Amino acid sequence: MELPAGEGHFLAKGIEQQSGRDRKMKKVFERPKSMKNAIFHYCAGCGHSIAHRLIAEVIDEMEIRDIAIGVLPAGCAVLAYNYFDVDMIEAQHGRGPAMATGMKRVLPDRVVFCYQGDGDLAAIGIAESFHAANRGENITIIFINNAVYGMTGGQMAPTSLLAQKTTTSIAGRESVLDGHPIRISEIFSQLPGTTYIERCKVNSPAGILKTKKSIRKAFQCQIDGQGFSLVEILSPCPTNWKMTPVESCRWIDEVMSKEFPPGVLKDLPEAKRRKEEVAP
Amino acid sequence: MQGNKVIGEAAILAGCRFYAGYPITPQNEIPEYMSERLREVEGGIFIQSESEIAAIHMVAGASAAGARSMTSSSSPGISLKQEGISSMAACQLPGVIVNMMRGGPGLGNISPAQGDYFQATRGGGHGDYRTIVLGPATAQELADLTMDAFDLADRYRTPVIILADGMMGQMMEPVVFKEPQPRIYPEGVMMRGAGGGKSKIIRGLILDPLDMEEHNWTLERKYRVIAKDETRHELYQTEDAELILVAYGTAARIAKGAIKRLREAGIKTGLFRPISLWPFPENELRDLAKSVENFLVFEMSTGQMLEDVRLALQGYARIGFHGRPGGVVPTPVELANVVMRQYDRKQGIIDHY
Amino acid sequence: MKGYITIDKELCKECHLCIQACKKGLIAPSREYNSRGYRPVRFKEEGDECTGCTLCAITCPDIAIEVYRE
Repeated sequence: MELPAGEGHFLAKGIEQQSGRDRKMKKVFERPKSMKNAIFHYCAGCGHSIAHRLIAEVIDEMEIRDIAIGVLPAGCAVLAYNYFDVDMIEAQHGRGPAMATGMKRVLPDRVVFCYQGDGDLAAIGIAESFHAANRGENITIIFINNAVYGMTGGQMAPTSLLAQKTTTSIAGRESVLDGHPIRISEIFSQLPGTTYIERCKVNSPAGILKTKKSIRKAFQCQIDGQGFSLVEILSPCPTNWKMTPVESCRWIDEVMSKEFPPGVLKDLPEAKRRKEEVAP
Repeated sequence: MQGNKVIGEAAILAGCRFYAGYPITPQNEIPEYMSERLREVEGGIFIQSESEIAAIHMVAGASAAGARSMTSSSSPGISLKQEGISSMAACQLPGVIVNMMRGGPGLGNISPAQGDYFQATRGGGHGDYRTIVLGPATAQELADLTMDAFDLADRYRTPVIILADGMMGQMMEPVVFKEPQPRIYPEGVMMRGAGGGKSKIIRGLILDPLDMEEHNWTLERKYRVIAKDETRHELYQTEDAELILVAYGTAARIAKGAIKRLREAGIKTGLFRPISLWPFPENELRDLAKSVENFLVFEMSTGQMLEDVRLALQGYARIGFHGRPGGVVPTPVELANVVMRQYDRKQGIIDHY
Repeated sequence: MKGYITIDKELCKECHLCIQACKKGLIAPSREYNSRGYRPVRFKEEGDECTGCTLCAITCPDIAIEVYRE
């Protein structure tokens, strides 16, 4: 593994064995192979780190490292290419789904996935994500929803909740001035062109395991040529929510999930959909 | 064949297999033609994108994946594409962008104009980059230069702009398509999945200023090579000229018509026609100033290429200007009359820079 | 015991999500700092109770935990 020079990351110095245990035990959990041996620049308790690892685990398990191409956003995850050991291309802010469309059309047998935050997907890039979904492009979008603009310092996002205080809604988001938070999964699931849409959360081991299953299902949907898949992941941003990581995870359950209920929004195999189109 | 369709056919012959674009007058025939032709060729992909912005990024993605890719638009739409073009320059992705210029700024109108010279040659997008800009003047050149554009884009791994105008897109002229060159483009820079080897990264973000500077100079060195090797121009009746018009594209066609009338009136006029607008053929232009003192720039704008001509010739020659912006297409007779008013046999150009 | 974990001190960012996740309370905060200014958590292996369930590793954002099991 190597890191681009001058990026300011440095290697983990190696595992410190805190136990002098006999090594007869089997290792049952370790860093996935598709995840480079680098220290995440993400904050303590950030959902990006977890999402990255889940994607890497799925890529390992499905053995698609050689054919996966990730399209990265502007935002905290712009540096995700430092972590994933798959081909990765940077898109301008919000344009990932357009770029992914171009790539997937040219290379239909590769697994092309977009990784986007809430500003990238739902604000500046709303047209590109909406229309890629509407066209039913056979790509996967991993949508990290943390209700705030992280990298730029905590401004209001399209998915910020009403009354949520951010640096550009210091009195709390007001529907009259700022509109309501946008439920992307619900909206996209209304488009006939979409196939599989699920909202998950990574604020607990149970949620994390469920998220991993969704990611795997989404990639499988793509591999099977069944159309557009989106996994929305409710993700903690402790720094900009001004909470501890543990509090952030609780906030996802107690507050965020009320606005963005986790669950399957759409799960429509292509064959069934085609049948409905041709012989109504 | 209609100019817009010539561009489409030339692209197909050059191996373009990906097109994304959005309707905008006066170039709608280009996406329409591509939508037809790309269905007929193997591996052809056509997408009518949701916007001009989406189109350029689709082109960037398709280009990164290894396909020869093109988009087209007209002035306001090209404005929208600027971030994408800057990004392609940064990531060294080839691509062809066709601008059939119309009146501007703003929504402007749908008549032919040349008001996007600055946008094209001064890099309408942000950052230290250049795009190769080719200015065709005939349907034949639309064919030849479009095919060349793909070769140049691949050779230098950079976006190339075809800067034409609405008139050229609509006019019908006979065209002979030349044999395309075989594509030379290394697989190693394409993004197609790690394929058992090292994973690749294509990016424009370079946080460390020293690393970014190095990248800027890498790009600049490339542009200097292009500036040295890829200028193109035409000399028309300049051998005995006392006055030289400088014009490109449709304006050059009008100038050629004006030259006929000027010579009939006894003024030996010639034309210097830049065909590459970036790199601008300034050395060749300055060479002319060794024997000719009077130049008159004619553009369908308020004066954009004029600045490049002044950069090349100021201090060496008298430079006059005539411009008709707004989508106005003057006749050769009008231009000849203007020149005759502005040029005096004894003192040369009367109002000059 | 049925399992144990190792914690990479340099990767840990002291988010304490693992402490929340461990049903047996086998992970605790510590006082020592790593080179990045965080105080990495430590595994309380003394009790012999770890089952290698991997919940801590699953929730660790920084992949700082490796899990071993019989």
